[in-house]
Amino acid sequence: MSSMLILSSVAILGGIGLTFGVIIAVAQRRLRVWEDPRIDGVTELLPGANCGACGYAGCRAFAEATVEGVVTPAQCTVMGPDMREDVAAYLGVDAGAAVKRVARLLCAGGHDVAPFKASYIGINSCAAAVTVGGGGKGCTWGCTGLGDCAVACTFDAIEMGPTGLPVVDVDKCTACNDCVVACPLDLFTILPLDSHLIVQCRSLLSGDAATNVCSVACNACGRCVQDAAEGLISMRSGLAVIDYDRIQLEHQRATSRCPTGAIAWIEGAQFEVLTAGGVT
Amino acid sequence: MSSNGFRHGVHPPERKELTASLPVRRMPFPKEVVLPLRQHAGKPAVPIVARGDRVERGDKVAASDGYMSVPMHASAAGIVTGIDWCPHPDGSMVEAVHIAVERHSAQLPRPRMVPEWESLVGEEVARAVQEAGVVGLGGAAFPAHVKLAPPKDTKIETLILNGAECEPYLTSDHRVMVEYPERVHFGARIMMKALGVEHAVIGVESNKPDAVEALRATIPADLDITVRSLTVKYPQGAEKMLIHAVTGREVPSGKLPVHVGAIVQNVGTIAAIAEVFETGLPLIERIVTVTGRGVVRPSNLIVPVGTRLRDVLDFCGGLNADAAEIVFGGPMMGAVQADLDTPLTKGTTGVVVLTHEETASRETLPCIKCGRCVESCPVFLMPQHLGALAQLGRYEEMQQWNLADCMLCGSCSYVCPSGIPLSQMFALSKAALRRQKPKVA
Repeated sequence: MSSMLILSSVAILGGIGLTFGVIIAVAQRRLRVWEDPRIDGVTELLPGANCGACGYAGCRAFAEATVEGVVTPAQCTVMGPDMREDVAAYLGVDAGAAVKRVARLLCAGGHDVAPFKASYIGINSCAAAVTVGGGGKGCTWGCTGLGDCAVACTFDAIEMGPTGLPVVDVDKCTACNDCVVACPLDLFTILPLDSHLIVQCRSLLSGDAATNVCSVACNACGRCVQDAAEGLISMRSGLAVIDYDRIQLEHQRATSRCPTGAIAWIEGAQFEVLTAGGVT
Repeated sequence: MSSNGFRHGVHPPERKELTASLPVRRMPFPKEVVLPLRQHAGKPAVPIVARGDRVERGDKVAASDGYMSVPMHASAAGIVTGIDWCPHPDGSMVEAVHIAVERHSAQLPRPRMVPEWESLVGEEVARAVQEAGVVGLGGAAFPAHVKLAPPKDTKIETLILNGAECEPYLTSDHRVMVEYPERVHFGARIMMKALGVEHAVIGVESNKPDAVEALRATIPADLDITVRSLTVKYPQGAEKMLIHAVTGREVPSGKLPVHVGAIVQNVGTIAAIAEVFETGLPLIERIVTVTGRGVVRPSNLIVPVGTRLRDVLDFCGGLNADAAEIVFGGPMMGAVQADLDTPLTKGTTGVVVLTHEETASRETLPCIKCGRCVESCPVFLMPQHLGALAQLGRYEEMQQWNLADCMLCGSCSYVCPSGIPLSQMFALSKAALRRQKPKVA
């Protein structure tokens, strides 16, 4: 009796198992989606940061595009030249050329040159501070120095400097855009490392009103507009604006008569230049 | 039918005794008035004057930009010195019409037409109110004419006049009700006619018996106006809480008061509307409570719109030594000011100067899941859960937990024994959701 029960159970369960096994085996053959095995290979070789700086949803999506030949390995800004060559060699393609781009801060107003008019006490975040009386800084366009960007940076490339401004490590920065999104005052922008001219100010005040709250603010005097190549810089509502489509026209001359140093010529890291000039 | 109150809420110290019995005084004209183009909810006004123009008191200096906008008028006679940046009470910078006030002017407005309200139909009343630049004077500065022209398919049964003034310290509405009750009733008359409403209720917190009495004693015989004395509880003056207290109805999540047949207007706004039809003058001044232990002479003042904070404080004797923080509006929901050059706008109900003792910051401790925030939330949210999500930056998820219903009343922050700044976290989350930038390289 009991042996019958055991036998029938085994037979039924075994039968079910066998049936589904056959279905799966058939489905696996007939519904199979072929995927280029190199996608997995490339994904392995990529940094795996999933930062999105390349414009794709993550490293695997970038790997798919690379295998298809839509992009070159160089478009991953996180990889160094060696890794880039590895991927290129694996796929047997050209690594491509890449312009190194980095995050630049559009504010030079550390607390030594741009004083606070009130002290903010509350959640330790720029986004929170700017909702309370504008964060307390004399210049409401300027960096609050609470470091939301440093927290957001995936690559540990941002550190808050001695004057309360974020300092970007250009070697670590991959131009992934995280700091651009994190800054509630839109003070970050992504620029090619070898583009030198930058207006480190977002204040729309002009004249003394601007320099009263920050001694390195753009006071809209317009000298840089005259000193630069025609059409490169324009004065828009109290701020010098560089047309980066014409950046090949840039020359250090544009900074020569700036009374505040708001327009700067940057080689490499942004704020080391200032230290050398004795401003920091 | 109703309970004269609402569920949940908190009881902060009222501190209204500083100014509750002080009659309203007129402040002298400052040397300069600064009129921000953005003083109301909606689109900023568009300036129609230029540097060097001479304006009389009451002249229009900026036009409304569309329906959700109101024009702006000179609050003093003088010369326009420019359209330049000035600090806005919300902490940002805003473009403003700067007027150097003429020192020896009599400040007499030009001869003008007083609109004949009896001959106007609803929409014409709304247009006259818009043209006079009237906005809600209770703090949010919502254009007043919008509430005078509700959607056609809605049926308004009750006009509710908000005299709750539940924020601690503030007494400007209180003084309006005590000193100008007839004006409140006249405003109610105009609004009732424009809306075709038979019945109006004035809701006043029971800590203002003199206001209740003054309003009751002056109700015109031909108007059906009831004055209701309401429970003293914060935030009784919030629109949805007041509707519940007066009608017993709850405004559903995401819906407007008109969905339960009610329109709420602040008593100060009603008095301003009445003034438009009494004198023909636009909204160029308002009653402001300047108070707090940090100010030398607390006062209820009539202040020209655009007077700088510095001038108002100077008139009130300046600051005491222990003054620590200046807030526009009440201490619960008001906006902290960082700049003494900030002008008072149409939405500035009060200037509260808090002392070090009152603003001492506390260490933020972990949430102990005591649930007091849940018991305090007047719109029945779960602040402790929302707070946890906010800390993780999971803002989209907060929307599913009805973050949109949060009006940032601050009750949860007020009761939290761990000192968690819940309300600020929610303000931050709302701001983050608004700005959400697409991530592009």
